[in-house]
Amino acid sequence: MNYHFNFAPILEQWPLLLSGIGLGLLLALVSIAIGSVLGLVVAFASRAPSPWLRSLAFTWISILRNLPILVIVLFLFFGMPQLGLSLDKITSFVVALSLYASAYMAEVFRGGLLSVPQGLVEAGQAIGLTSLRIKRYIVLPIMFRNALPAFGNNFISLFKDTSLAATIAVPELTFYARKINSETFRVIEVWLVASLLYIVCCYAITLVLRAMEKRLVLEKA
Amino acid sequence: MTPIVEVRDLHKRFGELEVLKGIDFTVAEGEVVSIIGASGSGKTTLLRCLNLLEEFHRGDVLIGGEAIGYHLRRGQRVRIGEREVARQRAMTGMVFQAFNLFPHMSALDNVTLGLTKVRGMPRPQAIELADHWLDRVGMLERRDHRPSQLSGGQQQRVAIARAIAMSPKVMLFDEATSALDPERVGEVLETIRSLAQEGMTMVLVTHEMRFARDVSDKVVFMEDGRIAEQGPPQRLFLNPESPRLQAFLKTSSF
Repeated sequence: MNYHFNFAPILEQWPLLLSGIGLGLLLALVSIAIGSVLGLVVAFASRAPSPWLRSLAFTWISILRNLPILVIVLFLFFGMPQLGLSLDKITSFVVALSLYASAYMAEVFRGGLLSVPQGLVEAGQAIGLTSLRIKRYIVLPIMFRNALPAFGNNFISLFKDTSLAATIAVPELTFYARKINSETFRVIEVWLVASLLYIVCCYAITLVLRAMEKRLVLEKA
Repeated sequence: MTPIVEVRDLHKRFGELEVLKGIDFTVAEGEVVSIIGASGSGKTTLLRCLNLLEEFHRGDVLIGGEAIGYHLRRGQRVRIGEREVARQRAMTGMVFQAFNLFPHMSALDNVTLGLTKVRGMPRPQAIELADHWLDRVGMLERRDHRPSQLSGGQQQRVAIARAIAMSPKVMLFDEATSALDPERVGEVLETIRSLAQEGMTMVLVTHEMRFARDVSDKVVFMEDGRIAEQGPPQRLFLNPESPRLQAFLKTSSF
């Protein structure tokens, strides 16, 4: 093989690549934030006394978890306008990823809720806390800590899914990589640089989350 | 004088299984009552009815003269609202077999949580009171430790401080030493004993027969969801009347 690597035409475009990865991170953060709030509601609904709420929660989870994220993205962006709801591409992608994330986060939080021992709820009841305060001061803080490792895995996964936004021309890293690819034909170099950026970013997220886990996850008493 | 705890004709079912079949007993102010009996006799369930951790199906529980958990509406027995249940639960303090300290909080915060959120105490005042009780159970030096950094005996002593700092009318102990390593049992029993000597009203479910004999004013022996025998410890332990208690004491270690 005598391929001559030439990274110069790609590195000239570094502002584009950086803005691409920046937008990807932003999309992930916003979607995960929305997805987490939704997921938390679904997680509580999945354990609600009302059987109606419970089946609603499980339906929500099973529909969204059994759809490929790309299908959700394309459906929302190309399908919804037919139904009279046009969203710009970024909003449309955020909605898609948030919905998708909500199902995974619901599972993460549901596991976290199951990990809170009933004895701690009873200890809160015994000192006279109302159930709302038990949730706020006991169940939620413990749930978040126990859910953190699973949350981190999903965070990385969802961040990588932002590359699918390229299919609806959201200008994130994969979109720019494809653009530079077609302009420079430095195929290997472009995708090597893009891969490297993804890896560095994911690894940085892993490190941050691991540091948080170290501080927050509870040792077994 | 109004008893601190009064239980009248208490019945409790788990599904079809009746676990309490008509319980009557009282606890006077300053009295220490031990409930003994074999596993499955209903003693823990009875204790948990006293702070509404269990629902019951018939009869009354009165704490300080107030009927808890239920009221009559047009002749129907109805469970009271959640806020009322929470308020009534705070009239009792409970110490659990598994300690159940909040693992994400320091020993101090375990004690102050109820003081600030239930009693509405300002934080500085809550800390002062928590420090007093942590000192009282010998845990002041470790007030900033998390439960995972404490031994079982230490955790249980913090749990006792957490319950008693709320100034309950009565303290309920649910097999408070059963989950401890043998060498840790003594320190917790000592703490309970000194609180008893100060006049704290207590109901203890226990397997520690010697402790029940030495500390209690009254012992209640339960058998199959009923009280088979109750009275002063000297009489129950030295001259048990019912054959079942005689048999139970023979198999219990002192």
